[in-house]
Amino acid sequence: MDSSFKIVIVDENPIRAAILEDGLREAGHVQVVRIDEMAHLLARIYAIDPDVILIDLENPSRDVLEQMFQVSRAVRRPIAMFVDQSDAASTEAAVDAGVSAYIVGGLRKDRIQNILDLCISRFNAFSRLQSELDRTRSALEERKVIDRAKGILMKAKSLNEETAYAMLRKTAMNENKKIAEVAQSVITAAELFK
Amino acid sequence: MSDNHLADNRLRIGFIPLCDATALIVAVDKGFTAAEGLDVDLIREVSWSNMRDKLNVGVFDAAHLIAPVAIASSLGLGHVKVPIVAPFALGVNGNAITVSPALYASIAAAAEGNLTDPLVTARALARVVAARKTRGHDPLTFGMTFPFSTHNYHLRFWMAAGGVDPDEDVRLVVLPPPYMVESLANKHVDAFCVGAPWNSVAVDLGIGFILHFVSEILPRAAEKVLAFQSRTAREHPDMLARLVRAHARAAEFVEEPGNRDEVAAILSAPNRIGVAPEVIRRTLDGRLKVSPDGATRTDANYLLIGRNNAGRPDPAQAAWLYAQMVRWGQAPLSDDMCRAAMGVFRPDLYDAAVGAAPAASGYINGRVDAFAGPTFDPGNISAHLSSWRIGRVPVP
Repeated sequence: MDSSFKIVIVDENPIRAAILEDGLREAGHVQVVRIDEMAHLLARIYAIDPDVILIDLENPSRDVLEQMFQVSRAVRRPIAMFVDQSDAASTEAAVDAGVSAYIVGGLRKDRIQNILDLCISRFNAFSRLQSELDRTRSALEERKVIDRAKGILMKAKSLNEETAYAMLRKTAMNENKKIAEVAQSVITAAELFK
Repeated sequence: MSDNHLADNRLRIGFIPLCDATALIVAVDKGFTAAEGLDVDLIREVSWSNMRDKLNVGVFDAAHLIAPVAIASSLGLGHVKVPIVAPFALGVNGNAITVSPALYASIAAAAEGNLTDPLVTARALARVVAARKTRGHDPLTFGMTFPFSTHNYHLRFWMAAGGVDPDEDVRLVVLPPPYMVESLANKHVDAFCVGAPWNSVAVDLGIGFILHFVSEILPRAAEKVLAFQSRTAREHPDMLARLVRAHARAAEFVEEPGNRDEVAAILSAPNRIGVAPEVIRRTLDGRLKVSPDGATRTDANYLLIGRNNAGRPDPAQAAWLYAQMVRWGQAPLSDDMCRAAMGVFRPDLYDAAVGAAPAASGYINGRVDAFAGPTFDPGNISAHLSSWRIGRVPVP
């Protein structure tokens, strides 16, 4: 692997950027710079003078990078988009993962195909992680709501914990709702009766 | 979604949170698309690059697209060549040029004449620029939204008419619309050209003056289009016609003054444009607060959504945009390319969907007027280009 590429990661999400940077370093790329501040983006990029720029698709500053294609006074050398016509599958995979890559100057794109592949897989891994985290978070939230509702029922109807939970579960089944939803209704009702 | 989702009249359409997405948003949220049997999933996007790429790879079936991007994509300029067609014009006009209080004061001090006259302000800008150069100050920086954007061309057209070379005398930088206001506030830019509602947001915050509505520079300028890949248009003509019809009905609904409050409420939703309904109402009414002291300026043509035949794409406008690409060195001058650019705008598809417009409507005359220079004739781009002193047209 050619480790002489200078790679810039433009990403406002520090965790995802770190995951990507780690991956690139593991693959032998030592020159990796992260940019998470969008002000003066072009000036920073020109100062770093990278060979490859990676940017997430949620970032509105992608349009700023497009300016580098323009031949004008401010641009001292050409830059080419990584994805091109011959590369529909790769483009789709990148768009799907939510990342886009730009190469600078005369680099042949087969030389950085593995960088893009790595990017795509790390971005996908990050979204999986993110949704797992979201699921865990909402499971935790639901758990809290159910515990509160159980407590309310136990106090109001002098039930033990097991019976209170069975009551919530039975109601949920009868009403075709989630236990957490029924629990939330119990809490809301209790607030109203306060 | 499955591969045949289009055949089932289900489609995904991307939009950028701007007031010229109104016809699209209202078409979907007010049920005009459903009435045509279409099931539309509206997806909010953050950049024109994403919009172009997602339309190109088929993540989106149609897109709210800035007209020059549709043309550049069809001509293969700056990116992959993917032929696009635009059977409906989502907006005519709607942009404005906003300047910082400091630049406003400088232009006002240097102006000889009425500040609402773009030629007066452009010449004043030339004096401001010259004075800064003499004093060794940094060049002024102007924000615009994309290299292939109406905003880029409108700014350039205006300042060049006053003698300012947009590539030599000032800096033009791309800024995503949501960052415009912040960049003006912290002095990263001295001015910007952008669509609604961002100019109004800057004025309301007391950090900007609206110097011009673009309708003062060009009385009628194509802005955003409803864009499809040519292939999609060829393969699904019935779906396209339904969607265009839904847009025409939505545009008609939007332009009825009695519906404007409802429209503003729909657009102000956080997952749509997400700004106060009052700001959107001002935009639709063309009655904008132009200075932080509360002064307003009114122009019924500030933003046209369907009114005065605005929904029908005008190929002359596409030719004007192509001519600007040539003028500023983004495209070579060629009759074939001009024809291809004009071919992106498809009044025939519009007519087929909603019925031909009355021939004598007077709004589509195949020409483009401007505050400076001769009337633009799409049949003679060379004449347009040779009428300017400033430009990057390569010598043939």
